[in-house]
Amino acid sequence: MSSVQKPDSFQETVFKLKRYWADRGAIIQEPYDIEVGAGTMCPETFLRVLGPKPYRVAYVQPSRRPADGRYGENPNRLYKHQQLQVILKPSPDDVIDQYLGSIEAIGIDLKKHDIKFEEDNWEAPTLGAWGIGWQVMLDGLEISQFTYFQQCGGMDLDLVPAELTYGLERLSAFLQGADSVYDMDWAPGVRYRDVRFADELQSSVYNFEMADVDRLRRLFDEYEAECKRLLGLYDEKSAKKQRFPVLPAYEQVLKCSHLFNLLDARGAISVTERVGVIKRVRDLAVGVAKIWADQQA
Amino acid sequence: MNFLLEIGTEEIPHWMIPGALAQLAKFDVLGEVLSVDATPRRLVLRATNVPERTPEDQLIVKGPPISAGEKAAAGFAKKQGVELSAMQRVGDYYELRKLVPGRRGIEILAESLAAAILGIQWPKTMYWVGGQSGGKSGPRFIRPIRWIVALLGDEVIPFEIAGVKSGNITRGHRQLGSSSIPVTIKNYESELRKNFVILSSDERRKKIESEAKTLGANIDADLLETLTFITEFPTAIRGNFDSSYLGLPAEVLTTVMKHHQKYFSVESAPGKLAPYFVAVMNSSGDPDGLVKHGNERVLRARFNDARFFWDVDQQKPLADRVEDLAKVTFHVKLGSYLEKTNRVVAIVKELNGGPDAERAALLSKADLTTEMVKEFTDLQGVVGGLYAKAQGESAAVSRAIYDHYKPLSMDDSIPETREGQIVALADKLDTLRECFRIGMVPTGSKDPFALRRAAQGVVKILAGTPIDYNFLNLFEGDLRNFMLERVEYYLRDVCGYRYDEVSAVLANPLVTLDRARVHLDKVVQLRSAPEFESLVRSYKRIDHILKQEYFAQGTPFDFLLLEPGPEMDLHDAYMALSGRGATIEEAAATLRPLLDTFFEKVMVVVPDERVRLRRLALLYNVQKAFSWLADFTKLVIAGEQK
Repeated sequence: MSSVQKPDSFQETVFKLKRYWADRGAIIQEPYDIEVGAGTMCPETFLRVLGPKPYRVAYVQPSRRPADGRYGENPNRLYKHQQLQVILKPSPDDVIDQYLGSIEAIGIDLKKHDIKFEEDNWEAPTLGAWGIGWQVMLDGLEISQFTYFQQCGGMDLDLVPAELTYGLERLSAFLQGADSVYDMDWAPGVRYRDVRFADELQSSVYNFEMADVDRLRRLFDEYEAECKRLLGLYDEKSAKKQRFPVLPAYEQVLKCSHLFNLLDARGAISVTERVGVIKRVRDLAVGVAKIWADQQA
Repeated sequence: MNFLLEIGTEEIPHWMIPGALAQLAKFDVLGEVLSVDATPRRLVLRATNVPERTPEDQLIVKGPPISAGEKAAAGFAKKQGVELSAMQRVGDYYELRKLVPGRRGIEILAESLAAAILGIQWPKTMYWVGGQSGGKSGPRFIRPIRWIVALLGDEVIPFEIAGVKSGNITRGHRQLGSSSIPVTIKNYESELRKNFVILSSDERRKKIESEAKTLGANIDADLLETLTFITEFPTAIRGNFDSSYLGLPAEVLTTVMKHHQKYFSVESAPGKLAPYFVAVMNSSGDPDGLVKHGNERVLRARFNDARFFWDVDQQKPLADRVEDLAKVTFHVKLGSYLEKTNRVVAIVKELNGGPDAERAALLSKADLTTEMVKEFTDLQGVVGGLYAKAQGESAAVSRAIYDHYKPLSMDDSIPETREGQIVALADKLDTLRECFRIGMVPTGSKDPFALRRAAQGVVKILAGTPIDYNFLNLFEGDLRNFMLERVEYYLRDVCGYRYDEVSAVLANPLVTLDRARVHLDKVVQLRSAPEFESLVRSYKRIDHILKQEYFAQGTPFDFLLLEPGPEMDLHDAYMALSGRGATIEEAAATLRPLLDTFFEKVMVVVPDERVRLRRLALLYNVQKAFSWLADFTKLVIAGEQK
């Protein structure tokens, strides 16, 4: 690559990362079609890491964090950011080298840059999940989280997966030398702003100002009730247990989780309530994980 | 023979490395440990004088008694795998003397090293090997082990951990070195250096320090230590930021640089930041300026955030944020920070803090709702103080808010102003009282709410403030005992009073810390006086007599009935001293010889009850001349066991 060449657009960087992981045996999934706070919550991660079957997958997941919305005014903070999520189960011995290879693959000559792995263990109380790992720093910029999963859905894992997540906006802004994510190119000639600004602005207005708290609460209760109803119907001794809709049950959990985040951003969750609501979501997630694992066994 | 062990891992958290090295140094490698070293990716032990073979040894196995007969001996011999003729008779028993051949050092090490390595204790471990031999029951370490170098002389000590076989192949720096380097014990360190790994942490530390200093860095010892253990080949570079950011408070800029970015700050004059920073790369150089540019870009974004937070936060003054604290948890069982704020304000009122301290207490936690503190949690209190000042609160109020988390440790100073001291005291007092109320009491090493630190902070403030608080009113029940332990610790280990002096003074109900120190100083002073030992002895003797006679209050008595001589002399002297409010030194000097004579010549416990009670009352009064200061029975004098 010559130094005068225009840097890759956002989508070009995404293509290269997907290609890189596809070449290493990962299935390239498409984003999950229900709101999630992070790529980890998609069934492709949360459920696939359970059980004894090896799996490799990569996907871009738009991840929604209502409280992080800034009306499109903050150059680095977004309500919905794009995460590239990679799961390598089990993690190969040279997993870090493979990860570094992906960074080289998008045009960063690591001999000319400073890479550090700084301790950062991950925990998701709503999922009963935790792992050991690092944040990866590139010239002082956190570009990735690297986690060896240890537990998920409250269960120890048979095969230890490595989870690599890339903050795509950060990485692409770095490559393009842009001080604001809105100024970088999504595609040649099309800015990130053109694609995403309205979403950021309007979602912030809704999340912070207009979301109907009472209705969100009712929705939370409804999704929770539907999930509980389903979980109560599972019979582990049934010969037809493979037909049991554990994936649809999990979708109710994701709905609950997102509603909780919305209520939280709206300032509607009181001190005493908070711990209780997190526990309600975790209980559902743990219930789903157990059934999934039982179906896989 | 020389020995080398290198445990190659993925990046170990920097703060755990020194603890691991201390354990590595205690490995039994049959020889003499020369050095332990580490980078984030390797733990290294070098030793010498490891024997090629251990010496042959004789093992004595005791057999059955001779009285049990040859049959028993034959059975024993068979079990040991020898002929009966090999058995010897020693005394009343058969005995077998076995020659244990020496073993090769390399074999012993090959058997013991894996367990020793996996036996290193870490604050948190992980498992990484899957399948039947793995999972939760598999090997655990701080991070995955990826290679092992184990050499005795020229030979590889063969063993295996988690599927990794030991060998003579090490790895260099991730980007700048080779990932497969054959080494010998002799060339190990120089081969690493050729591959951009400086093995010695001392050398890395010195390299960082001298390069950073040359670039003008303000060296922070903690940060230097961190950087030493997150790099294999550190190199310092200097970057710039726009001087307009110097308009943000120095506290914010420094926190961003030091805690978030691990940069040293640069000062143009003492206490005055310059628009530069020094970053330390894990790399050998930055010829194209890419790393400098990247770090500058990140810092600019961080500073922009901070400026944005500052501006947004000013739109709602602290005073209007107090109600929002209802949504911030102090503790699940103890409710919100609004409730805490109200309690702290009430305590400040009880302590007669005055309007400024009350105002500061009311606003003290409001910064928890600001964007700045949500981002930079270390700056809670500091941000509140800065905002209060910017929002026109008085200097007394803003300073008190700024300081109210102090002291953060025994080495930290207490708040500067009276208002700050009172708010800090009230805040900690509330935390202690509330936690004790719901039974959240520190036990052993468990102290999740850092109550010991809070208590130590209270003691330090009480000791350092001119305002004298009545200890008995501040603390009750279990909390009072807990606080007294902290006071004892403070007086002994921080102030340096002797153990028995502290016990003697604290045996009286502690009213104020200041009073305790005055009393302790007097005891120390008395201790150096010539009459001290004999005085303590007399005191203990009085105490003993009074206890034996169950005499516990002063009885009025007619002093005209006193017998002339030692009894009258002691009484007169005591009356004269108390009449003119004499010092304890005078009392000691005057009464000591009179007491000695009294005990020599006068019987206290006599059959005549009037006389007995009179003499006991006299001694009781004399004891009181000293007991207000301390319980002298607790003082240890020469020739006594503690």
